[in-house]
Amino acid sequence: MTSLAVDVAESRFDVEKIRADFPILHQQVNGQPLVYLDNAATTQKPNAVIDAISDYYRKDNSNVHRGAHALADRATVKFEAAREKVAQFLNAPAAKQIIWTRGTTESINLVAASWGKANLQRGDRILVSAMEHHSNIVPWQLIAQATGAKVESIPVDANGNINMLAFDTMLDAHVKMVAVGHVSNAMGTINPIGKIISLAHAVGARVLIDGAQAVSHWAVDVQQLNCDFYVFSAHKLFGPTGLGVLYGKEDLLNAMPPYQGGGEMIETVSFSGTTFNQLPYKFEAGTPDIAGAIGLGAAIDYLHSIDRTAAAAHEQALLNYAEEKARATAGLKLIGTAAHKTSVMSFLLEGAHPADVGVLLDKQGIAVRTGNHCAQPIMDQYGIPGTVRASFSFYNTFAEVDRLFTAIEKAKTFLV
Amino acid sequence: MTQFGIDVTVDDIIDSLGFFDNWEERYKYIIDLGKELPVMDASLRTDEYLVRGCQSQVWLVDEWRAGKLFFQADSDAFIVKGLLGVVLAAFNGKTPGEILAFDIDAYFTQLDLLQHLSSTRGNGLKAMVKRIQERATQTN
Ligand SMILES: Cc1ncc(COP(=O)(O)O)c(C=O)c1O
Repeated sequence: MTSLAVDVAESRFDVEKIRADFPILHQQVNGQPLVYLDNAATTQKPNAVIDAISDYYRKDNSNVHRGAHALADRATVKFEAAREKVAQFLNAPAAKQIIWTRGTTESINLVAASWGKANLQRGDRILVSAMEHHSNIVPWQLIAQATGAKVESIPVDANGNINMLAFDTMLDAHVKMVAVGHVSNAMGTINPIGKIISLAHAVGARVLIDGAQAVSHWAVDVQQLNCDFYVFSAHKLFGPTGLGVLYGKEDLLNAMPPYQGGGEMIETVSFSGTTFNQLPYKFEAGTPDIAGAIGLGAAIDYLHSIDRTAAAAHEQALLNYAEEKARATAGLKLIGTAAHKTSVMSFLLEGAHPADVGVLLDKQGIAVRTGNHCAQPIMDQYGIPGTVRASFSFYNTFAEVDRLFTAIEKAKTFLV
Repeated sequence: MTQFGIDVTVDDIIDSLGFFDNWEERYKYIIDLGKELPVMDASLRTDEYLVRGCQSQVWLVDEWRAGKLFFQADSDAFIVKGLLGVVLAAFNGKTPGEILAFDIDAYFTQLDLLQHLSSTRGNGLKAMVKRIQERATQTN
């Protein structure tokens, strides 16, 4: 969006009305009104989500797909409707391509273990970017160890951009998987995944996109992207913890061996041999997180009920406002200055450890994340112990950004 | 340099922190305490002495002298370093029996600093306390 378009869309956005939907925001922390700027770690939940989960347990709780009674029918219908909502949300061709998992982490582990087991062998290469979350590194290392493949990192420059030239030269027929984040959780960089996907496909590699940090900001279209796998966590999309999504192309999912064994995932079981259920159930052993799925469905409905274009513009306006203030703050260094970013501001105060800044901001009612953001390789590359990360969501306000900077100035008086 | 546990005792810290009525003064005092910690030789900041926290790091070196345990501690974060002083006021230059008898949780609760001892903070402080208690158990 151009800056004018941002201004126009932003002006339509009524943040106070939105805030009224999120009960948790209205509280005091350490004697001050809470300023929640840890949205990249997890987003808060609107009443619609909290009510959907509570209603489910009050009225419909039952096990899905197996009961011969009215409650089980209701629970199953709602549970499968949630899957349908996720499919539409990602523009997936069919709901059976949406697999429920426990989160982004489990989704990646599932693909690495199952697809990896069937498709990787000695000498194969798996490429991940240098700024991936540990969840998008370690599962690949595990399967690489088991199969003799190797994991290599795609270089990232000092501003937090993937070096696309280097990526291009790394690609050859031995590359079987490219796993990259849609958005970096440590810095907010929006990666050029369209380009990454087409380059990877050109050498016959498969592509997994870690969408954990993208889905809360804009609508994702997996068919347009043409990615092979797309994964995210419900809790970063205003939904509950404990639930994740794996989208995969149908032929790939069909060809993959089961990940875990148990109930729900089988067709017939006998000691002479077991046959497996169809998609998506083949990958959903055991009783699923029914309430979680219904909660995520409610979160998606909620997002459809608000003006998402205006909400995205508001987030960008918050980021621009904050970064402008950051550049005017003596001793503050922004970490991650890519041209295309989500509303994540990672920074350091000269001479101050990020953990200290975090404690002093918390004392002033400001919730941020400090540390390496589970992205140790990129922190090591930059030679820093971590950063302070303020991540904005559409329910944050300009006044909260002001509070952040007042609090930063106060923290400086302690530390520098 | 200040000898924690000797020049600065648990009672001194309880008195001082109890005296302040706002968080700013309390945290300025804690940070200042960290500055009083005897400087640890950079050559001791090795993996052998590292107590890993996921946010900040703590180094701890112990020495056994005349029936008592003496500690040097350091951290890369100021507030954690100050809290090391708070911990060493209780443990430094004490016999293993004294160390094991000391209720560190109650002490941190009294100081209203218990949240810093929680493992969620990942600041290495809790791991350091554990390591001191283990040393005391070994030498007891
Ligand atoms: C980019 C990215 N990938 C993966 C994860 C892991 O998500 P979860 O812990 O919900 O599985 C996160 C969350 O911190 C993330 O930001």
